[in-house]
Amino acid sequence: MALDALTLSRIQFAWVIGWHILLPAFTLGIASYIALLEGLHLGTGREVYLRVSNFWIRIFAVAFGMGVVTGVVMPFQFGTNWSRLSDTAGNVIGPLLAYEGIVAFFLEAAFLGVLLFGRKLVPRWAHFVAAVMVAFGTLLSSFWILATNSWMQTPAGYALVDGRFYPENWLDIVFSPSFPYRLAHTVTGFYVTAAFVVLGVGAYTIRRGLFGAEGRVMVMTALTLLGVMVPLQIFLGDQHGLNTREYQPAKLAAIEARWETASPAPLTLFAIPDPAAETNRYPIEIPYLGSLILTHSLNGTVQGLKDFPADQRPPVAIVFFAFRVMVGIGFLMLGIVALGWLLYFRRRLFDTRWYIWACQFTIPLGFIAVLAGWTTTEEGRQPWTVYGLLRTADSVTPSLTAHDVVVSLLFYALAYLVIYPTGVLYLLRLVRKGPGKDAIAPPVEAGRAELPVARLPS
Amino acid sequence: MATSAISFVGIWTVIIAAGVFFYVLLDGFDLGIGVLHGLAPSNADRETMMRSVAPVWDGNETWLVFCGIALISAFPLAFAVIIPAVYFPILVMLVALVFRGVAFEFRFDDETHRAFWDRAFCFGSTVATFAQGVVLGAFIQGFRVTGRQFSGTSLDFLTPFSIMTGFALLFGYGLLGSGWLIIKTEGALQAWARRAGRICLIGVLAAIAIVSLWTPIIEPSIAARWFSFPNILFLWPVPLITCAVAVWEWRALGGGADAAPYAAAVLLFLLSYLGIAISLWPMIVPHQISIWDAAASPSTQSFLLVGTLFLLPVILMYSGWSYWVFRGKVRSDVGYH
Repeated sequence: MALDALTLSRIQFAWVIGWHILLPAFTLGIASYIALLEGLHLGTGREVYLRVSNFWIRIFAVAFGMGVVTGVVMPFQFGTNWSRLSDTAGNVIGPLLAYEGIVAFFLEAAFLGVLLFGRKLVPRWAHFVAAVMVAFGTLLSSFWILATNSWMQTPAGYALVDGRFYPENWLDIVFSPSFPYRLAHTVTGFYVTAAFVVLGVGAYTIRRGLFGAEGRVMVMTALTLLGVMVPLQIFLGDQHGLNTREYQPAKLAAIEARWETASPAPLTLFAIPDPAAETNRYPIEIPYLGSLILTHSLNGTVQGLKDFPADQRPPVAIVFFAFRVMVGIGFLMLGIVALGWLLYFRRRLFDTRWYIWACQFTIPLGFIAVLAGWTTTEEGRQPWTVYGLLRTADSVTPSLTAHDVVVSLLFYALAYLVIYPTGVLYLLRLVRKGPGKDAIAPPVEAGRAELPVARLPS
Repeated sequence: MATSAISFVGIWTVIIAAGVFFYVLLDGFDLGIGVLHGLAPSNADRETMMRSVAPVWDGNETWLVFCGIALISAFPLAFAVIIPAVYFPILVMLVALVFRGVAFEFRFDDETHRAFWDRAFCFGSTVATFAQGVVLGAFIQGFRVTGRQFSGTSLDFLTPFSIMTGFALLFGYGLLGSGWLIIKTEGALQAWARRAGRICLIGVLAAIAIVSLWTPIIEPSIAARWFSFPNILFLWPVPLITCAVAVWEWRALGGGADAAPYAAAVLLFLLSYLGIAISLWPMIVPHQISIWDAAASPSTQSFLLVGTLFLLPVILMYSGWSYWVFRGKVRSDVGYH
């Protein structure tokens, strides 16, 4: 793989979106969690929910601010490095991207201020509504950005005129074949990611012994949500896989490192794919299981990579291993949650010190799974940006040289390597302060140290 | 069909032109305060300056995102040609804005490193402003285009003209920033802002003069636009009004109503903006591609217009309301009072 402007541009896009996606992966779930806590507080009147909610609002504010700042970079990438994609598909994906931005803009403008600063200034129900609207806003943002991505993965509702895409039916464009599956799978993945952060922070809070009640609320709410969402996510992942088999069979073949079409197909647990020889080294396979999982029947046919011309196959090894990292973490998560519930029903959850200790280290799990899943789907749709129609190589900005992109990549590398560690240290400090009474001071969102609504006529 | 297409193009041209202007006026003053920050007389003054923009700066910056996504949707061809042509200035601007954003966020809770974050804010603001000025200069000069793509190199943007406009925008945003400070502060800091504003005004007027002479010389079509008959009959008031506003701004900076210097600066920007628009109209990629040739399909433009016309007024109302909430003077010790 030559380090030309194309490859470097792909690395750059992966770099800026990889860091950016960590923030929505967290804030989407936390926004809904805050709405849930506000609802619980409104319903039960218990103060502990309020303290936990305030604690997470503070953390949410910082993460959301960083998400906005790193998000500014994203739309410009389509111009700087992917200008031919913008010209060729702008008629279709432009408005989808724009709706994401406008909705985020709208949310930032209208409800975030009330959620962050308005606790004492608006009625309790209004604050709850603001929390729900912020959560709803983050979901809408995901809706539009995943609609954009899904259309590129499984294009529909368009007409090709003079080699460019024109919209024919916006409903078909927004609800392209992979969209419902991708949306459900991604949003649930983001919820799971945030819930594991809550679980880990709750465990840490319990172990410190200062805010035991708050810590137990976090652990219990997280385990409850995860008890539903982790099994649901495994089901949704399976459904998404069936959808991929139908619309992107080459991606599925790469996920399974399947070279020959087979019925029945085995499941390859491990192998070193060798694209030159079009085979796998050191495979460990389970007969029939591949067909069973992928087609839900013992003798179903699974298409192999050799059915596709070599220049239409994705890189196999990255897709194969990234998928296994994601699924492996998924089942590890299932084990952690099941064990938590087992301990709970034996009334030993909060007395089992090693379990609470271990839960602290589950915080990165969701993030790694999100990145692995994103890698699977994005590397798996190569060599296309608009699947089957527009090649990645034909999407890149033609005027760029490798030197140009090396320089920009270094800039982005340096910037994110300074900002993210600093941001994480900052967030850790907030976690260490804990959900105490003294910590109810108004949070700081993007420098808003003072109450922006403090001058409301009283 | 043809008439409806033309009207959508018109609406989107107005929306994007207004969006860019809003961005320049609003983020312009907080970037300008970042530029002036390093020159302020004392630490207390610097604190006051930061507080004067704290509640509004991030809302101001979202107009940049709005302009970007509106351009890719409504005029994808213009987006695909212009942005690659200014690859490096856009890169530098984005990285500087990211640094500036997190610096602002971290400074309020990180007292031990506040001086460092403040410097990062000042540096990021200055670099971002300069980069935007370079983008403006490169844009006015125009780009090499072949077919539907930019066909120059990523260093084409670097010319004496674009470097000059880079410095010009530092003065321009500095003028907006000092105008904002005069509204938001009192006493010694306000007096300092008035003096700083006059220095910036001299820079801005020099830049306007240079651009007004330079562009007709290097681009015959611009000379023809302004100096041919009968255009000159309609256009001669533009430079005259600009001179009148410049005199008003100079006097307003000397004393009088607190809001006058910012208002005059807005008018100066509006006239300069108008001047550039007259020079380039109707080309969205200067001298090459018109707004009609760059426009997205009518279906694309109308699909986005529905949501925009609903959401944009709400955003504008909320922005206006938050400025209203934060009206009044700011001090370093008590913030808004």
